[in-house]
Amino acid sequence: MSAVGGASRQRVAARVGSQVGGLLLRVSVLAGLIVAWQVVTVAVDDRVFWPTPITIGARFWEVWVTNPDAWVSSLLPSVLRLLVGWFAATAVGVGVGTIVGLSPRARDYFDPIIQFLRSIPPPALLPLFIVLLGIGSEMKEAMILFGVVWPILLNTADGVSSVDPLQRDTGRAYRISRVDQLVRIILPSAAPKIFAGLRVSLSIAVILMVISELYAATDGIGFFLVQAQRTFRSLDVWATIVLLGILGYALNVVLGLVEGYILSWHRGAMRTRE
Amino acid sequence: MRWLLTARVRRGLIGAAVLFLLLEAATRAEIVSPTYLPPASTVLLTTGGILTDPAFLADVGGTLTAWAIGLTIATAIAVPIGLILGSSWRSYLASTTAIEFLRPIPSVALIPLAILILGRGLDMRVSLIVYASIWPILFNTIYGIREVDPLAKETARIFGYGRVAILRLVSLRWASPFIYTGIRISAAIALILAISTELIAGGGSGIGIWMLRNSETGVPRELLYAGIVVAGLLGLVINVVMEVGERRLFSWHPRVRGNG
Repeated sequence: MSAVGGASRQRVAARVGSQVGGLLLRVSVLAGLIVAWQVVTVAVDDRVFWPTPITIGARFWEVWVTNPDAWVSSLLPSVLRLLVGWFAATAVGVGVGTIVGLSPRARDYFDPIIQFLRSIPPPALLPLFIVLLGIGSEMKEAMILFGVVWPILLNTADGVSSVDPLQRDTGRAYRISRVDQLVRIILPSAAPKIFAGLRVSLSIAVILMVISELYAATDGIGFFLVQAQRTFRSLDVWATIVLLGILGYALNVVLGLVEGYILSWHRGAMRTRE
Repeated sequence: MRWLLTARVRRGLIGAAVLFLLLEAATRAEIVSPTYLPPASTVLLTTGGILTDPAFLADVGGTLTAWAIGLTIATAIAVPIGLILGSSWRSYLASTTAIEFLRPIPSVALIPLAILILGRGLDMRVSLIVYASIWPILFNTIYGIREVDPLAKETARIFGYGRVAILRLVSLRWASPFIYTGIRISAAIALILAISTELIAGGGSGIGIWMLRNSETGVPRELLYAGIVVAGLLGLVINVVMEVGERRLFSWHPRVRGNG
């Protein structure tokens, strides 16, 4: 065995070692928190209100993973509402945002209205939406749409209005049709900002989905949550919070993947510019 | 510049007026029964009426109390943690996974749990406001501390300042506008949480409680809508005050001055 091979093997071992060390470091606080939580809950021994994380994990598995009924009656309706509201908000936000971003004049006309509507805390509108739309899915979708449209709209307007003037002038000089200018020049260069808005709005959508279901619903995760609370099944409440954490995390990961796919050209373009 | 400003204001007023007239026309045409959707002008008049009603103002005070306490506690927790995580890469790495797991938990999902554990009083509302408001402040503090000009820190070090003094005199000051932006974002979130907890838990006083009382059948609908208008105005006022405060407080900062 040559000395060189040994040295390189040592280096590889060191690198693997530092990667393992990095991973350990990354999970250390989380692991510490969970262990502390376990220790404290065992010491407190209050099974009703403070179940141990292990019990919560087991209950989560029981209620939300190995139970297809819960998927159909709670998870599916909730996620559907969330997606319908969020996609509708994306359509409205990008549409209006583009108009407002392209024309400073339109922006002047709409700005006070947007600022006021944006300032209304969405839950305050729950009673109104219930009066107008009842307590069905439409109410929740409208609520999500109203609550999440603002970050998308404002980010789109911002992105569209800050398109490089040179690019727009080039498009105009080559007499590219207005539609093509919009689809091929303006929207793509605004895309990174639009995605930033979509990201913010997605986490708000989860919040609004839950709160609209907590307030008035006959199915969905929020409904399950409020039933569990009213019947003092606190373990189920804990398990559902775990589910919502995972759901929020998963939605974010999926959006990140879509964003990475759609914006891959953008990163390439930024690199060549440098 | 002066006429441009007035043209902007004029257009804004026209936009708002057109929307109001459209709403007024739609509600007067009674597409939806006026018992459900009263005319826009009635709602506006009612809004003026409840703004001078002491009972309603007490409810506004209830919401604002929970809001202010929650936001203050969130700041007191998030800024020190942000300082540590922002200035030490190691501690940041160690906590990322924990943060990644905690942050996506929607704050309102904790309302049922908080009701079970803490009841329906002010401490339940405040705890939820704190949980939701911590994140923007924490992240803005971390980013702000990382953005500190290394030259400024080196200079302070050469002049013989210790670690803590540099943190206090250089880093914290440099990061202060970032932290403030975090607090501004959290101010809006805290208001959302304050009203959400009131609507779902009930009890006590607050705009949400007032809305619950007035969404019952038999109560004139315009009261409910006026409450929504006030909630929007409240959000708007908080945002404007925070924005003006930002310009006043940090006009010295290169970032805010616009040449940073």
